[in-house]
Amino acid sequence: MPKTLMTGNEAMAGGAVRAGCRYYYGYPITPQNEVPEYMSRRMPEVGGVFIQSESELAAINMVLGTSAAGKRAMTSSSSPGISLKQEGISYIAGCRLPAVIANVQRGGPGLGDIQAAQGDYFQATKGGGHGDYHLIVLAPSSVQEMADLTTEAFDLADRYRVPVMILADAQVGQMMEPLEWREYSPPDDLPGKDWALTGAKGRPKNLVRSFRMYAEELEEHNRTLQATYARITEQETRWEESGCEDADVVVVAYGSTARTARGLLARGVDGAKLGLLRPITLWPFPTGRIRELAEEGAAFLVAEMSAGQMVEDVRLAVEGRSPVEFYGRMGGIPVTIEEMAAHAGHLSRSNARRSRRAEGAETTGGGR
Amino acid sequence: MTTLYRRPNALIDRVTHYCAGCGHGIVHRILAELIDELEIRERTIGMAPVGCAVVAYNYLDVDMCEAPHGRTPAVATGIKRARPDAVVFSYQGDGDLAAIGTAEIIHAANRGENITVIFINNAVYAMTGGQMAPTTPDAARSTTTPAGRNPENEGHPLKVAELLSNFDRVAYSERVAIGGPGEIRQVKRALKKGLRTQIEGKGFSIVEVLSPCPVHWRMRPEDAFAHCAGPMSEVFPPGVYKDWEK
Repeated sequence: MPKTLMTGNEAMAGGAVRAGCRYYYGYPITPQNEVPEYMSRRMPEVGGVFIQSESELAAINMVLGTSAAGKRAMTSSSSPGISLKQEGISYIAGCRLPAVIANVQRGGPGLGDIQAAQGDYFQATKGGGHGDYHLIVLAPSSVQEMADLTTEAFDLADRYRVPVMILADAQVGQMMEPLEWREYSPPDDLPGKDWALTGAKGRPKNLVRSFRMYAEELEEHNRTLQATYARITEQETRWEESGCEDADVVVVAYGSTARTARGLLARGVDGAKLGLLRPITLWPFPTGRIRELAEEGAAFLVAEMSAGQMVEDVRLAVEGRSPVEFYGRMGGIPVTIEEMAAHAGHLSRSNARRSRRAEGAETTGGGR
Repeated sequence: MTTLYRRPNALIDRVTHYCAGCGHGIVHRILAELIDELEIRERTIGMAPVGCAVVAYNYLDVDMCEAPHGRTPAVATGIKRARPDAVVFSYQGDGDLAAIGTAEIIHAANRGENITVIFINNAVYAMTGGQMAPTTPDAARSTTTPAGRNPENEGHPLKVAELLSNFDRVAYSERVAIGGPGEIRQVKRALKKGLRTQIEGKGFSIVEVLSPCPVHWRMRPEDAFAHCAGPMSEVFPPGVYKDWEK
């Protein structure tokens, strides 16, 4: 198949169009402007709608409306803009609507800067807005994945009636790579949208709402949401791994940091057996696999462009079974291979010592 | 025997949660009558706001959607763009439309979204207990203007029908008041024009309805109706501010 050279942001936009998304609403913010610019050209070509909204709030609520009307809709932004969208995202989750929201992360807090960062992990995976809800969070690590995961995000959103977030960053959004445009057609088993607002013709009226007047009703509604999240956790947790089976140290990294981690594995670290676990879904998180590896004695080095956010989920998975170290840079500075190597080497030596001690205790334990 | 008066099909047979003398029940009924008369029940999609009319969908027998506070015109935009053949109305109060949702209403109007906005102006945040609204008249007391609205501190009330009439792509903007039967007939005429504006594809329409809130105005219902048609109408003069047919 021929390859096309394009930026991650354009690949993401193209992935949405390929998925049949014909409604895009957005507000300019760096480093994701290629998305609305692409959509403003492309939507008229495919008979779709592009609106440059007056605000991030308006954009996410236009998505809410179009999704309530039964059509695939998307918005994208970057960190400060995503904060503004949180109210709408909470309503979309509460209304049980599908939607795709992309965050091409930049440095924070506040206005921060426009370089690549991963400081919005907590916001994306722990809810972000008010109330008990989750998004499915997908973390593309290449231009190819920007396209493919975005296309798939629409299927996931429709299947579970939940908002799906593409959690990218400035690096994976801005860089150019060749990608293949694979054929796509929606899965046959996607549920129909009999809940959509189309005008109550030949059926009782439909109602899209998160509001419940009575506490018991709202708890029941929340139980439905939680049951959906349990189903998603069971069926959709995804990660990629290499060399983890016999690794002393498993590097856990996502998005563009996972690319650097791949470089670290290629470089190698003296005396250390390294593995890489790259979560593709940040929520649901690959907790089970990390726990297995911890039980087998692997230590973990978590690398992020943040002060340490995903590392908390790794620690929750490991629950003290083995060492977990964190290395991160902030402010929009990428983690380098050499920096990771130093930490991986240190962790490998201490974890190796731990294994020797454990072995020693086994052999000498009886004689003490 | 001829039936002269009955419940419209688009109005659900149910006791409302509205207070005695509230204007919402009247506007709901008029809207339901119009949905029947225009034969649009099967293609109407309504927006319920945050505020007293939050469960308007319990009373109107059409497809309906909720919106975050003030984002109602943005959600309506998303629905209308996805379903251009639907008749989309956005039912909003004064806090929703003229305070927290000011950006959304202005830009939906400026884009000329082909939707109908029903703006219930009762000059108070009634659902939350009687706080100052963007449309509270000068010197009027509320729970957050205990000494009366002071323009030095709070500014003057926003005049929405006039404001929105300034945009080129607004096809129709009118203010009416719920007072006696004569005024209420005007409300129905204006709402019908608003819906017809949309059905005929003329663009954005807004009908501002001055609506009584006896509880928070601390008046008896009949006094509140007279207040709407009297002092309220002096602050917010009823009239047609924009009309595509003229």
